[in-house]
Amino acid sequence: MNAQLDNQGRLRHFLTTEGLPRPLLNQILDTAESFTGVIGKSVKKVPLLRGRTVINLFFEPSTRTRTTFELAATRLSADVLNIDVAVSSQSKGESLLDMLRNLEAMQCDAFVVRHGDSGTAEFIARHVRPGVSVLNAGDGRHAHPTQAMLDMFTIRQHKGDFEPLRVAIVGDILHSRVARSQIHALNGLGAGEVRVIAPRTLLPRDVETLGVRVFHDMQAGLRDVDVVMMLRLQRERMRGALLPSEGEYFKLYGLTEEKLSVAHPDAIIMHPGPINRGVEMNSAVADGPRSVILQQVTNGIAVRMALMSMLLGRAGGGEDA
Amino acid sequence: MTTPEVTPLLERVQHDLEGRLQALDAPLDEAAMVGIHTGGAWVARALHQRLGLALPLGTLDIAFYRDDVGQAGLNPQVRPSSLPFDVDDRVIVLVDDVLHTGRTVRAALNEIFDYGRPAAVLLVVLVDRGGRELPFAADVVGTRLSLPRHRRIKLSGPEPLHFIIQDTA
Repeated sequence: MNAQLDNQGRLRHFLTTEGLPRPLLNQILDTAESFTGVIGKSVKKVPLLRGRTVINLFFEPSTRTRTTFELAATRLSADVLNIDVAVSSQSKGESLLDMLRNLEAMQCDAFVVRHGDSGTAEFIARHVRPGVSVLNAGDGRHAHPTQAMLDMFTIRQHKGDFEPLRVAIVGDILHSRVARSQIHALNGLGAGEVRVIAPRTLLPRDVETLGVRVFHDMQAGLRDVDVVMMLRLQRERMRGALLPSEGEYFKLYGLTEEKLSVAHPDAIIMHPGPINRGVEMNSAVADGPRSVILQQVTNGIAVRMALMSMLLGRAGGGEDA
Repeated sequence: MTTPEVTPLLERVQHDLEGRLQALDAPLDEAAMVGIHTGGAWVARALHQRLGLALPLGTLDIAFYRDDVGQAGLNPQVRPSSLPFDVDDRVIVLVDDVLHTGRTVRAALNEIFDYGRPAAVLLVVLVDRGGRELPFAADVVGTRLSLPRHRRIKLSGPEPLHFIIQDTA
């Protein structure tokens, strides 16, 4: 039994894309689709979560992710509290569980958790009181499931069915929680072929067990792919001697029009942002006609609205009257 | 209990609605029609064709505006609402298949006002089955039925449209 599902197979928390059944993954995407209409209105809000409280609990800074969660909750009419833990209770030595109990005493309904340590979101999910949900906004190297689902949503918008697709994920697979969640989501949705392209130093030793084909060469890995998902390269990897230099990395793994020429002519280019231009890709590709990077940002709000509404409103559906 | 036929109800509603729009001085090329998913959208499509309205048909899925999401949860099959015209200062013809408690109408009005401020809203239903829980009345009604609470009348469609009466107990 997946720890994030209740005994009827419905989402109780959203911690990882690993092991989620295909119908549930599709339900998340379908629900997100329904929220895309909200931005077409003059009042860009729905009253779905009026009276509910969502706490953004960020133990590591991420303005972009936090903002999209905040906007998603606000558009659902929930009240949102942003708690930057690095400069508050943890620095005063308050334990995680003590902090959790205090925040729960404020009658919150959901925690959005971002933490540098893998497993923190699940730890919190195991200790919250019944009726409180936890959304993982990125934990260590483990998972970033909402990013993966917004990527899936963007792919579905452009490509429709996942089954015929060849998808390449390029970059630092070893340290990337995004890549791990993308791979699980793509496999869960039945993508035809998932490839990873990276230098050996940036690949986990057992990466094939995730159900991917491994390439070390862009020319071979990008051939005939329909989707190219670039990963952000953390600059500290250079200092950690996992890579010779940024210039060398760009030469071998940076995305350019020339390298893309072997991909399918309609291939789309994705990146979780923010882009290191001239490292992961050049500006011609990042701003080019095949880039869907800004759509990913927009879709992030609809997907997070979908997940919050699924967690905070019991699944089911009423009868018209 | 005789189940009502849809076609005569559509004819009656069309006739009455034309009269109401004339009384409001709202010409057919300016009035906007909106159907509530699912049955209301089917009825609205039929009426839209019969009246030959100029503006494209709008549809509302009021799932995000229901007042029972906390109890019933979110229906995963929500379709995006679409109002492909300016709502401000326009006469809106809101169409549903059945009027019962009034909660769907309340949700639909709330959603319409998130798109803009209409000049007026006319409510059109094929069947008013009574049992109101909120103070709403339809402007145009195909027929009125009195049904016990445990029975439900439901429009089946989209082709052909016909009503079915079911036990909910």
